[in-house]
Amino acid sequence: MAEEPDKDRSMLLQKEMIGAHYRRLEAAPETGEPVVYTFVPGNLTELIRSFGALPVLPEINALQSAMRGRSMPFIAAAEKAGHSEDVCSYVKCDVGMMKAGNVGPTGTRLPKPDLLLLSYTGCYTFMKWFELLREEYQCPTVFLQVPYQGDGAETPAQRAFMVRQIRESLIPALEKVSGRKYDEDLLRENLARSAASEDDLVAVLQSAKKTPSPIDAYFGAVYYVGPIFSAFRGTEEGRAYYAELRREVEERAARGEGPSTPSGRLDRQKHRLVVEGPPNWTHFREFWRMFADEGAVVVASTYSKVGGTYDFGFRHDPGDPLGSLADYCSGCYTNRSLPSRVAMLESYVKEYGADGFLVHSVKSCNSFSAGQLTILREVERRTGAPGAFIESDLVDARYFSAANLKNRLESYFQMLDARRAGATA
Amino acid sequence: MKCFVGIDLGSTTTKAVVLDAEGRVLGRGITNSRSNYDLAAEVARTEAFVSARFNHLEREVERAGGQEALSRLLLAFRMEQMKVQLQSLRARIEDEIGRTVAPALRAGAAEAVAGIFRRIDAEEEARLGESSPSVRSDFFRDAAGSAYARLAEEAAPAAGVTFDVLLGLYDKCIVAVENEPLALGFQEHIGKALERAGASAAVRDAVHASATADFDVAATVGTGYGRARLPFPKEQIRSEILCHGLGAHVLFPATRTVLDIGGQDTKAIQVDARGIVTGFQMNDRCAAGCGRYLGYIADEMNMGLHELGPLALQSRRPVKISSTCTVFAGAELRERLSLGERREDILAGLHRAVILRAMSLLARSGGIEDEFTFTGGVARNAAGVRALEGLVEENYGKRRINISADSIYTGALGAAHFALRGAAA
Repeated sequence: MAEEPDKDRSMLLQKEMIGAHYRRLEAAPETGEPVVYTFVPGNLTELIRSFGALPVLPEINALQSAMRGRSMPFIAAAEKAGHSEDVCSYVKCDVGMMKAGNVGPTGTRLPKPDLLLLSYTGCYTFMKWFELLREEYQCPTVFLQVPYQGDGAETPAQRAFMVRQIRESLIPALEKVSGRKYDEDLLRENLARSAASEDDLVAVLQSAKKTPSPIDAYFGAVYYVGPIFSAFRGTEEGRAYYAELRREVEERAARGEGPSTPSGRLDRQKHRLVVEGPPNWTHFREFWRMFADEGAVVVASTYSKVGGTYDFGFRHDPGDPLGSLADYCSGCYTNRSLPSRVAMLESYVKEYGADGFLVHSVKSCNSFSAGQLTILREVERRTGAPGAFIESDLVDARYFSAANLKNRLESYFQMLDARRAGATA
Repeated sequence: MKCFVGIDLGSTTTKAVVLDAEGRVLGRGITNSRSNYDLAAEVARTEAFVSARFNHLEREVERAGGQEALSRLLLAFRMEQMKVQLQSLRARIEDEIGRTVAPALRAGAAEAVAGIFRRIDAEEEARLGESSPSVRSDFFRDAAGSAYARLAEEAAPAAGVTFDVLLGLYDKCIVAVENEPLALGFQEHIGKALERAGASAAVRDAVHASATADFDVAATVGTGYGRARLPFPKEQIRSEILCHGLGAHVLFPATRTVLDIGGQDTKAIQVDARGIVTGFQMNDRCAAGCGRYLGYIADEMNMGLHELGPLALQSRRPVKISSTCTVFAGAELRERLSLGERREDILAGLHRAVILRAMSLLARSGGIEDEFTFTGGVARNAAGVRALEGLVEENYGKRRINISADSIYTGALGAAHFALRGAAA
């Protein structure tokens, strides 16, 4: 594995894992491994893989394409096919990729789905997106109706409703496409590996409570949550990755070092931030540099909980396989009510000793963006940490204005400095 | 005397402010930002020191010979500055004729240009003799350009060349003149100006005192869109949001909310009792509804920017306009005119649309607290101010709205105060 100076061991390990997974997907039509397309939030990877099936995550394909500078031709192809400029750019990137022969971000061909599994319904666009894919691929679709956590917690009735859907709709569909019977013991084994990885991930994310923080809990955490939110949760590679990651971060913390960033290692941390909202993928490293160059480290983020939330105690439970899968689906960040998102952010600002709170609002995603200004004001009010608001998009480079973002970020960091100086004056 | 300089390198104009150690304004300078930011900053700084020395002189002259002598001297000084630039312009145009004008037209063009410059020189001399010369633009480009265009129109037919050829020569050469570092300072020209103005011995002594007054620059802070181009270390650069906040606080110490509508961005800023920014919102990368939008409208209507406000104030039935897209400004305007709407009603609607967009940013930044200070070029537009007053009262109740006659210098003033505060810290 080639050494890259500003990349950690775990990042390189992950790159290998992703490459291998895409190669395995490309070979699936020959190996006969069934393929299930599903989304990141609340996904059911352990269950899918217990049937020997391979998951494909369309948003991951889109963001991986953008990180490699390949999203714009896909978006242009989707717009040419009739999708307007206002459609979510993940959707357009994916649709464009499909139109261009379904060649994935690493250059390998993606297989057609044997099943479309919608396991999160908090995003209405997901439903429409899978409708488009169903039209294209004419394959079976399972649509789990995940109750929105409007009252801040999953009720027993909601949980039972989810378990019933998994048992009565999803498992039979998976049995049919895989030709295998449901094997609960295998699922329990996967879930035990998930829980171990989740423990390691939580330890990694909570290491940011230290000063200096050994991780960046937004830009760095995007890498840390990659395997667990995608195809690797519950797998042996996933478990090994998280054990390695935890070791790496704990070593770094013991040395009192900051995280690797595109601007070098960030040991001198001037600003500790909590960030709400997804990052931009088309200019990911440039965006990160705008923080790192100013000595800003992110100590907690909500985006790193978009697949599922572990830091308040949830773990996949081998003792209650379907019940814990139901809890996982319901508990992902964007399925939570506005008050619970505010409470979560408030606890992050307080527990991680943050100086400020930043919202990065993306044009594409209403699941995230709706209510973000209310969140901003309320978190400011409750914590006293000054907030700021910046805007761009997920994978549409046309909405990333470097000058404008840099201007706002510099202003924000200088405001934090000025307030700090004022407070001590 | 120790002094502190703030430079605001804006997208349209560059401003500089010089303060003494007590924070009193000694001088202000402004120039158009042109394509060479470094030079624009230098010109604005030179102008600020010219104005500082004239202000110094004003106090001295008041004792020695009265206001009239000072006005005459300033006029003579401006004329000397103008002559230096005219000489450069003429040399460049003559060179351009030799290189680019068709041989058959060269003699005619050269003759016409010589005539134009002779007449401009004569007009300048005559201007010095007038008791109250008309007010004209502070920028050489505009002052010389309007005289040149007027005289070229008259000279073209007799010289056998077209007006377009003559104007094209000016357009090509003015950029080069603006980007040439010419000596335009106080010391360079005050001697000749004194000779022309024919001042008394007492005034001469006062001039000598001002020319030799010691302005020792203790610190400089730069801000504005082009701030990254300023040849200062990073610590001497502040974002324009912080500078506008502090500048507004200095002008009106009870300010809590600031609205700045500049050439290409609009900023809503909240400040505390010390002028420190506590929150802000800016327009995204699109410059819709900013000063430049009104600039396009003025061009489209073949009017001066300063004429828009007064015409809009004549409206009795403002047209409802929702789009403030700068790109479509012309199309919107032509459509309204073709529908038979009156120009003043359209303009009133356009001004209201600009302010509505600013109101949205203000709401997002946390609303409008008393006192409310309005800065930037649009604050000088009476129709913009009237629309703002109405909408503020409608949405927030009675608020004190502060507008300074020197509001264009707010950012530079804030920067100079940061320089002063930094030196004091």
